Amino acid sequence: MISIHNVSFNYPDGPQVLHGVNLEIKDGEFVAIMGENGAGKTTLVKMFNGLLKPTKGTVEIDGVKTKEKSVAQMSREVGLIFQNPDNQLFAETVAQELGFSLRNFGFTEDIIQQRVISYLHLLDLQQYAASSPFVLSGGERKRVALAAILVWDPKHVIMDEPTIGQDYLQKERLRNFITQLVSQGKAVVIVTHDVEFVAECKPRVVLLSHGTIIGDGPATRILTDSALVEEASLRMPQIATLINGLTSNGASREIIEIYAARDYFLKEIRAKAKLLERA
Amino acid sequence: MEGVTFSIEKGKFVILTGPSGCGKTTLCRCLNGLIPNFYSGQLTGELEVDGVNVKGKATAELATHVGFVFQNPENQLFSLSVERDVGFGLENLGVPREQAIERVQWAMRATGVFELRDKAPHELSGGQQQRAAIAGILAMRPNILVLDEPTSFLDPKSAEEIVSVIAKLGHDLGLTIVLVEHRLDIVSRYADRVMVMDGGKIQLDGSPREVYNEQARLIGIGLPRVTMLAHLLRKEGFNLLNPVTVEEATSELRGLLNT
Repeated sequence: MISIHNVSFNYPDGPQVLHGVNLEIKDGEFVAIMGENGAGKTTLVKMFNGLLKPTKGTVEIDGVKTKEKSVAQMSREVGLIFQNPDNQLFAETVAQELGFSLRNFGFTEDIIQQRVISYLHLLDLQQYAASSPFVLSGGERKRVALAAILVWDPKHVIMDEPTIGQDYLQKERLRNFITQLVSQGKAVVIVTHDVEFVAECKPRVVLLSHGTIIGDGPATRILTDSALVEEASLRMPQIATLINGLTSNGASREIIEIYAARDYFLKEIRAKAKLLERA
Repeated sequence: MEGVTFSIEKGKFVILTGPSGCGKTTLCRCLNGLIPNFYSGQLTGELEVDGVNVKGKATAELATHVGFVFQNPENQLFSLSVERDVGFGLENLGVPREQAIERVQWAMRATGVFELRDKAPHELSGGQQQRAAIAGILAMRPNILVLDEPTSFLDPKSAEEIVSVIAKLGHDLGLTIVLVEHRLDIVSRYADRVMVMDGGKIQLDGSPREVYNEQARLIGIGLPRVTMLAHLLRKEGFNLLNPVTVEEATSELRGLLNT
């Protein structure tokens, strides 16, 4: 469990980025943190593995205060994947990149080999095992960065903008992958601007604006609340905008993705057809 | 890339998209001479951009023909003020001071960062930074703008704002726009043409309405959700065209609901 209690933060000599944030994320919960550029999202998640320590308030991971531990100790528990993979990657080959942390954590060479191979496959990187991470495309480097953290099986996983540079199929793969992590009882937190990805995953959404939480609830409710969406510089999912424009029916308001929309329209069209038949 | 052949007419707005690793960025680097002049590798075939044969031309010389905007504006901005940043390229090209000042002012107005000219780039929001980066490129007066996922670090509101600035520049100045983008939901309304790359080749090429078909979906590009919904409803036997925007989908579905 990740518990954020009354956390405020300012960078040295900088403006205050977070103002008294309270947030609790349970094991096996999937949360998307959304909000405008500069809202404080990345600052907030850097607290989760102790990379930043709050100026005021406390951050606890499974009951342990991050202030009392080193980043190295916390990282074993909380894997944080950065927005820009180039801040994270450094090894000569993709396989070495994945093996690096495992060697540091003292796993045996057998287990390292096994885990590296299985995570290369999981993220569709097997063909690049011997390549330098730096010859890969942006989207591929992003997946290497993800694999390099997941390979040591951290208890909770935080991903900063995981969908940038990913195509649709990779996003579907990421979505399945997150479902798998959540079912293993991990708390999974993503920071994202990708409204359509969130509409398809339907996690709990926490809206951050100017360092304060302005909304917290299911994606279907938060992403269809036009005032909240506007305040956080987001946009409603296309499907929600479409349905809003077509109906005044309150029941249809929480439809945010294509499959629910298809079922809704089929029902509506068939109901109309029946009415016509009777008339 | 393998056997890529195409030409783009002046003043068109073209989206270049495709799965990650398909060769989009490589193709863009060919358009401004970074390939073969800066990156190593083998390049065969002919490349003419704005009437200039790219091979053997200095990247600096090409910069006045083709402007290149990167994904992350932070990689493009580094001066102490927006105005200095916008003028940096011109200074490097040795443009006379009077003329440079005039062009910088013009570029800042065209992208809406004139009021921010004295601010440091790090004081700007992501969307403002990207507009400042575009202004710096625009000041060099290229005829062609190549933008490699310029919205991916931006929140949806700033992303829309950037794309509409780009479309306006294309329209008002007659610039040719080549925009690499995954966020087709935001950009499709402006596009004259969409080229889909896969495996280093151009697989689909046409108007958004023509290109956003079943094959595009299978290649793995993220079509606008309203287009995907139309595909699903077509499978149920309804006769829908390929809506590309919410407005088009609204009018098509309204028709369906009222018959």
